[in-house]
Amino acid sequence: MKSSVITFPGSNCDRDMDVALTKFGFKNKMIWHNDQELPKSDLIVLPGGFSYGDYLRCGSMASKSKIMHSVINFAKSGGLVMGICNGFQILVESKLVPGVLLRNKYLQFICKNVHVKVDNKENIFFKNLDKKVLEFHIAHNEGNYFCTNDQLKEIEDNNQIAIYYCDQNGNTNDQMNPNGSIKNIAGIFNKEKNVLGMMPHPERMIDESLSGEDGSIFFKNLLNNIK
Amino acid sequence: MKVSAVITLKKDVLDPQGKVIHETLDSMGFNSVNEVRQGKYFEIDVKENDPKKAKDLVEDMCKKLLANLVIENYKIIETQ
Repeated sequence: MKSSVITFPGSNCDRDMDVALTKFGFKNKMIWHNDQELPKSDLIVLPGGFSYGDYLRCGSMASKSKIMHSVINFAKSGGLVMGICNGFQILVESKLVPGVLLRNKYLQFICKNVHVKVDNKENIFFKNLDKKVLEFHIAHNEGNYFCTNDQLKEIEDNNQIAIYYCDQNGNTNDQMNPNGSIKNIAGIFNKEKNVLGMMPHPERMIDESLSGEDGSIFFKNLLNNIK
Repeated sequence: MKVSAVITLKKDVLDPQGKVIHETLDSMGFNSVNEVRQGKYFEIDVKENDPKKAKDLVEDMCKKLLANLVIENYKIIETQ
């Protein structure tokens, strides 16, 4: 299975993502944002970081970069695209997934482990996943998911909410909401569910001795689903 | 000619920075403030002398890049 990770100026989780994808069997290529064409890929990843120094709005500049024309076409033709953290911000700015990511409610940069509940397994990203609650890492300043009431109704009607912030037992409530996101939303799909944007970093949870293994579970399952 | 654009958050969007600025103003003795909303201001010099065309151009920029219309409104101000 082939994957491509796009590096923007200011990306800083691109190499971690490369390590994670390679560890679980993807043949990964690193692609520079100024390239025009994507290599043949089964999965495109927009990594975390601070593309263009978060100028104007996080992800807004990167969403207009040259490679994004190809990424948008790839996504619109059904290709799998995953955006993590800043990658999620780039996806919302590209309008590949609905909504926006506002500044965290309490104006603090949050860097900690969180639990997320996987509700919807009728998609290629989470299909056949054994666990319902995963422990991932978050590190962001603008992760407060917001959308209009009309958009919220639409994403709920279409089952587009991918993961919710929750406690270790899967209970979602205000206490477990780190950043003020509507409905504790930590990640969402596009309507067709071939594009996933999420704030948590699965690539930071792939080594038992350093972190946890829930990222490993996620990537192994994803690879099996794509095969 | 120069055209300016002001981008502000829509009414129902939480503005934590505006809230903190309000609280700080309050603590400094500016007690007559009802609300503070923080926004962005752009001054754009375009190669265009027709005011209508210049305004339309900046409006297009607002729609496509400068503002995110899910959360922000924009207002174009002609300068010179």
